[in-house]
Amino acid sequence: MNPLKNLRSGELGAWPVIIGLFVIWAVFQLLNDRFLTAQNLSNLALQVAALGTISIGIVLVLLLGEIDLSVGSVAGLGAATLAVLTIRHGWGDIAAIIAVLVLGALIGVLQGTIFAKLGVPAFVVTLAGSIGWLGLQLFLLRPEGTINLPYDGTIAKITHTNLSPAAGWIIAILAIVIYAAAVFFNRSRRLAAGLPAISLTQALIRVVGLAILIGAAVAVLNSWQGVPLALIILVGITALVDFVLKRTRYGRSIFAVGGNAEAARRAGINITAIRISVFALASLLAAFGGIMLASRGYSAGQSTGANDTTLIAIAAAVIGGVSLFGGRGSTYGALLGTVVLGSITSGMFLLQLDSSIRLMITAAVLLAAVILDALSRRGRKAHGRA
Amino acid sequence: MNQPVLALSGISKRFGAVQALSDVALDVYRGEVVALVGDNGAGKSTLIKVIAGVGPADTGEIRWEGKPVNIAKPADATHLGIATVYQDLALADNLDVVGNLYLGQERTQAGLLDEIRMEKQATELLTSLSVRIPSVRIPVAGLSGGQRQSVAIARSLLGDPKVVLLDEPTAALGVAQTAEVLDLIDTLKKRGLAVILISHNLADVKAVADRVEVLRLGKNAGSFRAGEASQEEIVQAITGALDNAVSRRKARHTEADGGDASEPA
Repeated sequence: MNPLKNLRSGELGAWPVIIGLFVIWAVFQLLNDRFLTAQNLSNLALQVAALGTISIGIVLVLLLGEIDLSVGSVAGLGAATLAVLTIRHGWGDIAAIIAVLVLGALIGVLQGTIFAKLGVPAFVVTLAGSIGWLGLQLFLLRPEGTINLPYDGTIAKITHTNLSPAAGWIIAILAIVIYAAAVFFNRSRRLAAGLPAISLTQALIRVVGLAILIGAAVAVLNSWQGVPLALIILVGITALVDFVLKRTRYGRSIFAVGGNAEAARRAGINITAIRISVFALASLLAAFGGIMLASRGYSAGQSTGANDTTLIAIAAAVIGGVSLFGGRGSTYGALLGTVVLGSITSGMFLLQLDSSIRLMITAAVLLAAVILDALSRRGRKAHGRA
Repeated sequence: MNQPVLALSGISKRFGAVQALSDVALDVYRGEVVALVGDNGAGKSTLIKVIAGVGPADTGEIRWEGKPVNIAKPADATHLGIATVYQDLALADNLDVVGNLYLGQERTQAGLLDEIRMEKQATELLTSLSVRIPSVRIPVAGLSGGQRQSVAIARSLLGDPKVVLLDEPTAALGVAQTAEVLDLIDTLKKRGLAVILISHNLADVKAVADRVEVLRLGKNAGSFRAGEASQEEIVQAITGALDNAVSRRKARHTEADGGDASEPA
C-alpha cells in the first residue's frame, strides 16, 4: 500500500478527507484554542448527529446513481408532525416517533414509486417533494409557526443524554472486541480456504488503530459530560447500513443497480423493488434526522430542516467520496464528510464569523473534494479501472 | 453419432409482414461448436432468441435430449441448461469479478454473503477455464475486453448448463484478446458442452467451430464441416450467389495486384 502510487492510480480511499479534517482542525485550533477542547468536540458530536443520519440516507440514493432533493423537507415535516402529534394531540413520545418514521418511509415509497414505476426522473420527483413537504410542514405548524417540546420528554432525551463514563468504556470495548473478532475470524477462514489474506501484522494494525481512535474519542468525551447517546446512534446507524450494503444480497443488489441497472435486471434482480426500497430508507432516515433536529432544539419550527439541510447532506456524502454516478461510496465516508462540514460550522461559530463565510468555505471544501475525486477518476481511467 | 442435446426443427417466426424465420432446423451435439453465420437480417438473432426463450417461435419443435420441450420464457431455457452470453455482456463495472460472477445468485451463509466460498469457487472456476485475471477482487472495469468476455462466459457456466449461446463474443476484441476467447471456447468444448457461436468473423469461425450453419433470409442456406469448407463457399452461402460483392471485390484486387489473393487454408 504505497499512498503515492495509490494517488496516481486513483485509489485514494478516505485519506484525502482524513488529512483534510486534520488540517481543518489544526487551523481552527491555531485560531482559537478552545476548538479542540472536550466541550467543543462534544458539541460537535451532537451537531453532526442529525445531519449525519440524513446523509447516510443520501448515500443509499447516490449509490443507485440517483438523487433525493427532498430529505431536508422530509426532516422538517417529520419534526413538525412529531410536535403536532405529541403537543396538540397528546400522543406518547414513542408512539409519535414511530408514526413519524412510518410517515417518512411512506413518503419514500411514494417518491420511489413515481420514479421507478412511472420513469419520472428522481431529480424532478424529489424536487417536487422538497417543495410540497415543506408546504405541508408549514401548514401543520399553523398558526404559531413553532411548537415547543418539553425539556424532559423522551424526544428531548435523544440528543440530551450522555452515557456514564463506565457505560462509554463498555460500549467502546465491545465495539473493539467485535471488530477484532471479525478481522481475525475472517482472516483465519480465508487462510483455511487457501485464499490470500492480510498478514497478522496488518490485522493487528487495523485493530489497534481502531482501538486508539475509539479510545481517544471516548476519553475526550468522558472528560466533559460523557459520550452523547446521539453519537452512539449515528455511529450505530452508519455501521448497520454499511454492514447491510457490504454483507447482504440486498446491499450487493443496490451496488449492482447503481453500476449497471440492465445487468442487474438480467441477473434476476427486481430493480424496481430495490429502487423503491432505497428511496423509502432515505426518507425514513431523513425523518429520523428531523426527530433529532427537533430533539436538539426542543422545538419544531418553520425553519427546521429548511435552508441548506438537503444540500449540506448531499455535500457531506460527496466530500466523503460517494460518487454521484452511482455504485461507489460508503456510509463511513458520509460520516467523515459530515464531521468535516460540522467542524467548519463549529469553528466558524467559535470565531464568531458570519454564516456567509461558513457557506463560502463549505463550498471551497466541497469543490476541493470533487476536484480531487475527478482527478483520481482520471487516474483510474488511465490505469483501466474507471 | 449420438442424439443431439438440442434439436430444432420447422422453426418459423413472423414479425408482422416480415417472415423472420421459416422452417429452420438446427441440431447441436455435446462437445461440439456450431457457428451460426449469416448476413444482417438473416435471422441469427431471432433464432438465438427462440432458443434463449426471449422470443418464442410461432411454430416448430424443440427437442432437448430427444424429448420435446417448450421454451416460452428465459427461465425455461435456463432451467433446461441453456446459458446465453449476450454481446453487451451485462457486467456491473463497479463490482469485482466475484461480485459479477455471482450477481443475482450470491451464495449466502446465515443470510449473509459467503464471500469466502464465492471467492474460492470463482478462483477455481476461472483456473479450470485457464482464464488469466490479475485478481478476482478487482472491479471488472479494470479488465481488458477479452477478460470481460471471459468473465461473462464463466458466469454463464455457474448454472451448470449443457448448451452455451455466445452472441458475437469476439466482435470488439483485438487479436490477442480474440485468441483468449477462442481458447476459452475450445475449453468449453473439451468439457463436453455444446456451444452455439454467432459470429461475423469467418476467420474466427473457421478457427474454432466444428460445423458452420448458414442462415439466409430466415432459411437454412447450407451446412459445412468447418475444416473442409473454404471461406469462399461459406460467403457464397451467406450471400446466396456465386457472383457476390465479396468475390467481385476479390477478383478486382487480384487483377489490380496481379498476384494471388486466395485464402491460405
